[in-house]
Amino acid sequence: MEKMVGQRIKRKEDPKLITGNGVYLDDIKIPGLLHASILRSPHPHAKIVSIDKEKALAHPGVVAVYTGKDLEGKINPVPTSWKVPGMNLIETKQYPLAIDTARYVGDGVAMVIAESKYTARDAVEMIEVEYEVLPSVANQKEARKEGAHQIYEEVPDNVAFKYVAGEVTDEDLENAEVLIKGTYNTQRVAPSPMETRNSLAQYNPGSGDLKLYVGSQNPHIHRMVLSEVLNFPEHKFHVKVADMGGGFGGKIGVYPDEALVSYAAMDLKRPVKWVETRNEHFQSANAGRDMMVDLELAGTKDGKITALRAVNHANIGAYLATFGPGNPTIDFGLMLSGPYKIEKAQCTTYGMYTNTMSVDSYRGAGKPEVTFMLERAVEDFARKINMDPVEVRRINFASKEEFPFTNAQGLIYDSGDYVKALDKAVENAGYQELREKQKELRAQGRYIGIGLSSYVELSGFGPSAVAGGIGFQGGIWENSTVRVHPGGTVTVYTGTSPHGQGHDTTFSQIVKDKLGIPYEDINFVFNDTRAVSMGWGTYGSRSLAVGGNAVALATDKVVEKGRLLAAHLLEADVESIDFSEGIYSVRGEAGRRKTFKEIAKAANFAWNMPEGMEPGLEEKTFFDPSNFTYPFGTHIAVVEVDVETGGIKILRYIAVDDSGKIVNPTVAEGQILGGIAQGVGQALWEGVQYDEKGQLQSGSFMDYTMPKANFFPKIEMEFTETLSPVNQLGTKGVAESGTTGSIAAAANAVMDALAPLGVISIELPLKPEKVWKAIQKGGAKS
Amino acid sequence: MIPSQFKYVSAQSIEEAISMLQEANGEGKILAGGHSLVPLLKFRITTPGTLVDITRIPGLKEVRVEDGRLIVGALKTHFEISRNETIIENIPSLAKTASETGDLQVRNYGTIGGNIVHGDPVADYPAIALALDAELKVEGEDGTEMMPVDGFALGPLITMMPENALVTEVSFEIPPEHVAQTYLKYTHPATGYPLVGVAAIAGTDSGGAIDYIRIGITGVSDVSYRARPVEEHLMGKKPSKALIEEAAALATEGAEMGSDLFASPEYRAHITNVYVRRALHEVLK
Repeated sequence: MEKMVGQRIKRKEDPKLITGNGVYLDDIKIPGLLHASILRSPHPHAKIVSIDKEKALAHPGVVAVYTGKDLEGKINPVPTSWKVPGMNLIETKQYPLAIDTARYVGDGVAMVIAESKYTARDAVEMIEVEYEVLPSVANQKEARKEGAHQIYEEVPDNVAFKYVAGEVTDEDLENAEVLIKGTYNTQRVAPSPMETRNSLAQYNPGSGDLKLYVGSQNPHIHRMVLSEVLNFPEHKFHVKVADMGGGFGGKIGVYPDEALVSYAAMDLKRPVKWVETRNEHFQSANAGRDMMVDLELAGTKDGKITALRAVNHANIGAYLATFGPGNPTIDFGLMLSGPYKIEKAQCTTYGMYTNTMSVDSYRGAGKPEVTFMLERAVEDFARKINMDPVEVRRINFASKEEFPFTNAQGLIYDSGDYVKALDKAVENAGYQELREKQKELRAQGRYIGIGLSSYVELSGFGPSAVAGGIGFQGGIWENSTVRVHPGGTVTVYTGTSPHGQGHDTTFSQIVKDKLGIPYEDINFVFNDTRAVSMGWGTYGSRSLAVGGNAVALATDKVVEKGRLLAAHLLEADVESIDFSEGIYSVRGEAGRRKTFKEIAKAANFAWNMPEGMEPGLEEKTFFDPSNFTYPFGTHIAVVEVDVETGGIKILRYIAVDDSGKIVNPTVAEGQILGGIAQGVGQALWEGVQYDEKGQLQSGSFMDYTMPKANFFPKIEMEFTETLSPVNQLGTKGVAESGTTGSIAAAANAVMDALAPLGVISIELPLKPEKVWKAIQKGGAKS
Repeated sequence: MIPSQFKYVSAQSIEEAISMLQEANGEGKILAGGHSLVPLLKFRITTPGTLVDITRIPGLKEVRVEDGRLIVGALKTHFEISRNETIIENIPSLAKTASETGDLQVRNYGTIGGNIVHGDPVADYPAIALALDAELKVEGEDGTEMMPVDGFALGPLITMMPENALVTEVSFEIPPEHVAQTYLKYTHPATGYPLVGVAAIAGTDSGGAIDYIRIGITGVSDVSYRARPVEEHLMGKKPSKALIEEAAALATEGAEMGSDLFASPEYRAHITNVYVRRALHEVLK
């Protein structure tokens, strides 16, 4: 029978969700449920002089009002979970509600608990807070300048950490034939999942158990961290995730709000729910990116890149987010040389406190930023030496014979064939014809641009020893249990946390191929700390590469135990038992056989077991891979710029990605497609904007441009398959590749279109007005 | 959505709606499609005491031609307008405007009456309504009056709408048969509203001189407006590239350009000139 892995199987998850039978957190109704609403600071930086909560407390339906002072000593500060050795991190305290100082627009100041969400919101407006506004700073480069307002007494120049990876000397650059200096900033963006953040806590005063539903990509991490914040033990703490409408990194972090709701539920002995409004999301959900990067690229006239030196000013916000310090230093800093064989690379990262919301992982988390920087610079380099950008890439790629390949900063890439993906993209795009067409249209006054981006990214987080080495406060292995029921159906438990990725479908394909039972007989359980023993969640494109392989290994163990039992029941040698399509049989004697279903029953009944074998058919693995996986690819964007308005139209978008073995092309394409929307969104439209003091200006979707489906042409996607040697299935991460590859592709296409007009660089996002103004300026120059 | 508390009532007739508004003591708001009102409720920009739902009042979805004018019932949705044969036949640019308003969900719910009475300078309809001297039929406690759309909106969401009244119909001048018309929209990528929307209707006489020209502009300033300096510059002249260029340059005369994170006043003015020029080329081919 044909293997299911590799097939376009329709998603198991969809019938439930598209028929309205999903149960999201806000759908959960519990008798006695109370509702929370949080009063947030309207100032970027202010001393809280006094809070008068009497009026709110007196409002009918209000049950409690908490302030930071009320909770002092009762809830601990929320810590960061990534402390890279050597970064000299100065960790400041983020109290769940600000005690005497609010440090960004959206910092929690008080929380109302009421009988309805409407009452809670009404009462929030009745709390009177006297603020004394303090000086503030929002831009990370400004924050480091002499004379900038210092946000914390104990943090000189607002530098939370400084981290240097690799070494490049001045001579390395000065002696170069060609030197490119550029600033390649990736602006701040809002993760904006369709479902905002939320939590619902229920405390049982009889048993002392606390149950927390929370919008989380990693419920076990939430339990672990909140256990510390709340001084509440993990064994009494049950964390669950309901059906969840997306995360994109914004739901990795452990937030004050979740601790507050949990505390209130225990304090009031009634369940409490909080659902973030969209405006709150813009204020107080961890943002992504916000890295300002100055790069020097040295190379030769014949196209060889010899050294890279970058200084990254990473805005980390007013408080350190859960993974905040790791993204700029590790995911960005160690990937500086991308897919290229460059001898020397150095990245100096300054993690900067500012009066803005915290910055944490957002789809790609450091990798899209570094790819944007590198791929924009590679095309600037190509333009300078007058060489085709495809050729420059070809010259500098690590070749497929060199894998495992050690990059300039010591990361070891597992496998790759960068030329193959580039060639395929160039072929699919019809690159040469596009260049000719471009020339033709330019003669007619039309400005077409072709932009490329080749990337490699670290994904599939593991192994745990490396996690320890880079200061990640946790393990990054994955766990799976495969439980076979007496009737032969199977429940699989995993520690990854799907919220749209389709694990139920793809993981079932893996199990089905191994057990040979009907696909419908396989069920998955995730997102529940009581059902799943342990797990590290879904982020960093790790679920299939680590979690999916854990499922494969646990299933193998089930097959092997079944084989022992079958041998015993068939009175044959274990070595002579074949297992295929769900049937154990004695080799060469097709008649002597036991179906998987029969073995399931026999194991569960345990009437006749081999000597020493325990009853039941249930196996567990803890899989800790030997390395990360490194997906790669090349994207090509074709745009037309209306030079009169600065408007950009995407004419074509071609993506060739290599994520190792593809389990389900439809699901994988969905990941690439969504990733491209977010990457191109960053390049052209999205952007959280604060004024120089830190007042939030993009507080709703009226000001924050989310890309919509009609902004895009049909995305042309194809995969090449270069297997990873570090896991059984040969899989790599796929979820972030679309984003990682696309920011530079889109931006390069626009810069390519504008090159004849003398435009060299425009800051992201490439809004029409900026493009128009750059054309005015560039045109005047030439 | 977490609005402040309000009372909801549903009117079965125009008279009942008026008396419900009276009972609300100045705290009442009309609810039709809700696509202008609900966002304001959500942000608590408006906190009405009572919402008077008029969607169950019969007869407010009619379309007819009367004395050279096209009359559209206030509850006609954008989608219905975009597909209505009488409208397409008489004022195709009105149907085009409706088809480009919001997205499919908005078009299925939003109504023309609600859209215009809201006084939002970034709405789509004002461009064509101003161009074709539209009037609102306003029925209220003081009787019925016809109010011209030109001058109805005084500023963003500030209008001449009397208290305790509702718009029941919108009427448009039907342009002569020889004209060409368009609605050209530069869509604001965040909001879906026009950054600028230009309704242009023009025709020439047998000698080739422009004998009919109407330009309505929405989106860019505090109040949508009729671009009279453009019209005056073109009227009676033979269209040429140079003439259109000159006329388009007058498109923002007297209008104060707005500003947001997406576009500055300078850019809005530039885009307005470009879009008026492009619209004129389209209708004066």
